[in-house]
Amino acid sequence: MIEATALTKRYGATTAVDELTFTARSGRVTGFLGPNGAGKSTTMRLILGLDTPDAGRVLVDGVPYRELTDPLRTVGAMLDATWRHPGRSGRDHLRWLAATNGIPDKRVEEVLALVGLTSVGKTRVLQYSLGMQQRLGIAAAMLGDPRVLLFDEPVNGLDPEGMAWIRQLLHALAAEGRTVFVSSHLLPEMAQTAQDLVVIGRGRLIYQGTMDEFIAQTSEHGVRVRTAHADRLRAALTGQAEFTEADGAFVVSGMDSDRIGQLAFDAGATLHELSPITGSLEQAYLDLTRDAVEFAVPSAPSAPSSEAAR
Amino acid sequence: MITNLLRAERIKLFSTRAPWWCLAIAIIAPLAFTALFFALAGPEIPPTVGNTQLASGNGRTVLLVLAVLATASEFNWGTMRLTFQAVPSRVPALVAKVLVVGALGAVLGLVVGFGSWGLASLVQPDADLALHSGAAWRSVLGQSLVFLFTAVAGVGVALLLRSVAFGLTVVLVWTQVLEGVLVFIPGIGKHIYQWMPFHAADEFVGAGGFAAGPLGLAPAPLGPWGYLGYFAAITVALFVAGVLVTARRDA
Repeated sequence: MIEATALTKRYGATTAVDELTFTARSGRVTGFLGPNGAGKSTTMRLILGLDTPDAGRVLVDGVPYRELTDPLRTVGAMLDATWRHPGRSGRDHLRWLAATNGIPDKRVEEVLALVGLTSVGKTRVLQYSLGMQQRLGIAAAMLGDPRVLLFDEPVNGLDPEGMAWIRQLLHALAAEGRTVFVSSHLLPEMAQTAQDLVVIGRGRLIYQGTMDEFIAQTSEHGVRVRTAHADRLRAALTGQAEFTEADGAFVVSGMDSDRIGQLAFDAGATLHELSPITGSLEQAYLDLTRDAVEFAVPSAPSAPSSEAAR
Repeated sequence: MITNLLRAERIKLFSTRAPWWCLAIAIIAPLAFTALFFALAGPEIPPTVGNTQLASGNGRTVLLVLAVLATASEFNWGTMRLTFQAVPSRVPALVAKVLVVGALGAVLGLVVGFGSWGLASLVQPDADLALHSGAAWRSVLGQSLVFLFTAVAGVGVALLLRSVAFGLTVVLVWTQVLEGVLVFIPGIGKHIYQWMPFHAADEFVGAGGFAAGPLGLAPAPLGPWGYLGYFAAITVALFVAGVLVTARRDA
């Protein structure tokens, strides 16, 4: 379990993490979501004691990270797969890391096998593909057979096969009762991976809960209706529900499709379409984080002439 | 715990190529120069035990490069962060590193010290290069201590600067340019020179006398062991400063 309480980290005038409070439970994959620059990586570094918080605290299985003895045996993390010396072999990279926490070399072979890198264990890392580097990072995280796992953007730059592999691995790890905390700026990937969700923007908590609740809460519900008798339907809906009309279709909100169908039938309006709209997850996420994007893109590009006039 | 960390640092040090190359150069360069000096030099370099160590500075400089590479590259490649992830208190890991790099330096110093002396004896078999006196032993065996503290200095500088390029620039400019140039500052230059750390190291092993005459230096302000203490204190201070900064800073 990971518990952050009012965690705050400032770099000069910028507040990277702002009174962030959340919990990641054991036995679950918790997605840690936010736009680029939202403070995800900083939070991960605070969890691991790499950075010191300005206020608040974060506990891993009830203990501050810096108080763990042989922390690799409790927490495995891959914050950045490029944290390795390119001239060192994958096996030697794991061997030195294992040695720091007194983990036997036998375990190095086990994790190499786990991620499918046994055959390239003696190869220098500079010859590894991006996917292989990512696997090496995951192997390093697994060295101490930890109860808590942290991954920062583990699928970044991976091909679909690699993504699927990591997704299955994360599920398997959580199913074994471990805490799996995984960050991403991509919601669709997360939707397939995470059971719980922590969403942040500009260092602040925007949402914490289950993925299902998140989708239910933030989706914009409505029902799209097309009819041969628009005037009859319009009359029937007026005063009963909110609706808008565009391109010959009604979008009705505040009333489910059963009721609308009955209403239309009673009014003698023939329906050509009656479809509930479940807002896309991506849209929900964009709506939620719209105000929290650090480097906002102007909604419409300004005319080149006015740009040049300045 | 410290044995685990020593093992980790040993694996780190010997699992990349750069340290092996550095070691090879750090042995070959001083030995080759020593052989050349003794084979070709005239009366300006008399064949004494102290003078067998004249070229050891080359090996020392390469060791400094090795120590900077072994430490600063960890910041460049991010393995220092992994190390701190594994050892959150940080200081034991840094101490383990300086012990491993320092031990390598000490062994290298033995090889360079005895190697240079042995090679010089082979090149000039008629010269009296036998180790009768304490001073002679200090010249040859003392390299072990000089190289040990040189390695400590390299680790310290790298911890302070956290960059391979920056660290190498500083140690190379210092050893190859600054220490030699300062002596030419009119008036105080010669006095400053006598307090330069690597000049102090040379004085300890008796390899500093060669330049003293032509440069017109005043008598040395410290004895050999005083000079070693002075040199050691500077290198340890660099390391301690590096550790204090690194332990506190966000990784």
